[in-house]
Amino acid sequence: MVSRTEAPVDTYAEAMSQQTQYALLRARARQRWDDLTDGDKPWVRVGFGASGQAAGSQEVFDALKHYGPNGTQQINLSMVGAHGLMYLEPVVDVIVPRANRVFHANVTHEVVPDIMSHYIDGRDQHPLHASAYAYSGHADDYTSHLHDWDQLPPNQLQKKILTANFGDIDPHDIFQYIAQDGYSALNKAVLSMTPDEVLEEVKTSGLRGRGGAAFPTGLKWSFLAPSKAPVKYVLCNCEEGDPGAFNDKGILESDPHRLIEGLILNGYATNSTHGVVFIRQGHDIPIEATRRAIDEAYENGILGENILGSDFSFEMEVSLTGDSYVAGEETAMMEAIEGKRSTPRYKPPFPAQAGLFQKPTNINNVKTIAYVPSIVATSGDEFKKVGTESSSGTALVCLTGHIKRPGMYEVEMGVTIRQVLDDIGGGVADGSERIKVLQTGGPLGGVMGEEAFDTEIDFDAMAQSGAILGSGGIIVGDETTDVVDLIRNLVAFNQFESCGKCFPCRLGNTHMLDVLDRMCKNEAKPGDMQLLETVGNNMKIGSLCGHGQLGYNPISSAITYFGEEFEKRFNGELEKSGPFGDGSMILPSRTRP
Amino acid sequence: MTTSQQQSRPELRERIREALESQRTDKERVPSITVLSSLLAVQDDLHYIPDEAIEETAIFCNATINDVWSVASFYTNFRFTPPGMTTVDVCWGPTCHLMGAQKVLDAVQDELGVDSEETSADGKITLRYSTCLGACAQAPVIARDHILSGRANPNSARQYISDLQQELENGIAH
Repeated sequence: MVSRTEAPVDTYAEAMSQQTQYALLRARARQRWDDLTDGDKPWVRVGFGASGQAAGSQEVFDALKHYGPNGTQQINLSMVGAHGLMYLEPVVDVIVPRANRVFHANVTHEVVPDIMSHYIDGRDQHPLHASAYAYSGHADDYTSHLHDWDQLPPNQLQKKILTANFGDIDPHDIFQYIAQDGYSALNKAVLSMTPDEVLEEVKTSGLRGRGGAAFPTGLKWSFLAPSKAPVKYVLCNCEEGDPGAFNDKGILESDPHRLIEGLILNGYATNSTHGVVFIRQGHDIPIEATRRAIDEAYENGILGENILGSDFSFEMEVSLTGDSYVAGEETAMMEAIEGKRSTPRYKPPFPAQAGLFQKPTNINNVKTIAYVPSIVATSGDEFKKVGTESSSGTALVCLTGHIKRPGMYEVEMGVTIRQVLDDIGGGVADGSERIKVLQTGGPLGGVMGEEAFDTEIDFDAMAQSGAILGSGGIIVGDETTDVVDLIRNLVAFNQFESCGKCFPCRLGNTHMLDVLDRMCKNEAKPGDMQLLETVGNNMKIGSLCGHGQLGYNPISSAITYFGEEFEKRFNGELEKSGPFGDGSMILPSRTRP
Repeated sequence: MTTSQQQSRPELRERIREALESQRTDKERVPSITVLSSLLAVQDDLHYIPDEAIEETAIFCNATINDVWSVASFYTNFRFTPPGMTTVDVCWGPTCHLMGAQKVLDAVQDELGVDSEETSADGKITLRYSTCLGACAQAPVIARDHILSGRANPNSARQYISDLQQELENGIAH
């Protein structure tokens, strides 16, 4: 419940006149935003998240603390979420009072004093530091030589729905989210819409699951909604063990309240009582951001009893899993939340009938749920206008590897892979000649060669090309990439992560890895291609979940695009290939007991 | 479980019980407590799962020793011997792999004097291989106790390890 005495006096009256708890929160949020942006102090924001931390943002932030709230009080300082343009990290973003916004890129902690003297000691006395990269707003005498942030190719081509707040708000401050209209969709839903109406909007939107299977979200929710069980769960899957994908964690560490709002709406639309956010242990930044956001939501009457003054009550918690990739499979995830080994269950019963703790349950990916506030705030029809006929909305793409501008970019469905690579990614990395191969959709996805780069980013078009969109990871390999070696890396992951429940997966992955090992050492045997295919098909038929069923995907797609590289393994004349061609690749290799 | 085992390390048992109990007492709202959450709580505190923790978790969760072992042996983050003062992760996911993770790993292993996932002879640093640390845009990525460091190369990795060794020498790290 809101503590009404804490509200500023002038806005208190306004909020009371509107008679809603949300209006009061909005008033406080507006006050908070004005404090940060309207004063005489620059507001300095440092992009953080896992990627920012890896690039050195923590040291930069620590250096800035000297000027901040606990230092000399000369600036407002916030640690914000991931900047999608990760090649620029660490990014220091300065909102200059009564002027514009300046982005400093690839900042190191040593240059922080040089950067800050311009903003603090006088803009004419101290020139803008050379790390200044772009401005936003109007160009003035100080910034006219910089790039226009909004016109940078990676920004121009993005369509921001999930990432609208990324880099702009402190994920640890609920009022910054509310100041950006956060929780307005929830307020609208619980006070003026029935659960069925919310569900209808999600159905109309054409939203499909972003976890990999692309199942229509509204339809999935409609399996759960009719049940009258007193306890029903909606689960949010942020296991995200896919190497090369970090967009789920990106949402949690940059804008966790969007996920929380979406999950409450998921609960409201399906008449559920409990939400669980499922995250892998060890990813401390998204875990802490989510826990803190849930606490803030409880403190402000957004979770718990009678949400925002309505009749709807909903509880939420974070559940951590140990390291297990298969825990991302929906029934295995329920086993993990129950504290057991995360192996898949037989279906039926389906989760909507008997899921977590045998209660009716719905499971959705982080990205899927994070779209819901936008859908409810506007309408399903509005959302449907974005994207392609069969895949509405956007895709949150993680672009990594031999690419000039690695990062996390939100693009409208229907843009081509080539646009993402060339226009957003800037083409192949410096020092490389060309992009040879892409690995998409995680280790159970596939690879594609250049002839497929004109494929549209769309669930069905990607599936036809032999790769999958899956979780949105696109890993770029240049002309030096040895495809067999890359596939060996993926299969090694799949072998390591097989949960062991179904023997075709447990043993099949081990067989396939043996064969690929031989190929990388140029010791392939005549029947090896046939052996791979036989084993792969057996896994497809004989495994309970996608881990085994899709395990042959990387190999089959690689044969489609790079078949000749496999053939070359048999003539015995090739150099031993890849960084591990001498057989020295050191991998954890085991099957689970 | 024999009586002699139960009495072997009473302080350790007490600490394990406190870690298990902290799941209830450290929180405003009590979360769901399971065998898995209990093992995670113990490992967070002790950085490994001693035999006593298997027994205490079974008692705490009203489960069998078999139930607890089945969970502990399944998730690859659990370990059963005490690690060094600091754990260093090197990622071998496909992005890091393409960007040269093997050479980084070779450099780290050389610097630590180990040749697999093990602890350096001085007992200070434990090496682990990670399937993905989640900062692929900054590949290759290494980490110490979950704090990430990206854009690594063999030289920077050597420097990273020697800085870390120096820091542990000076007693700054945990």
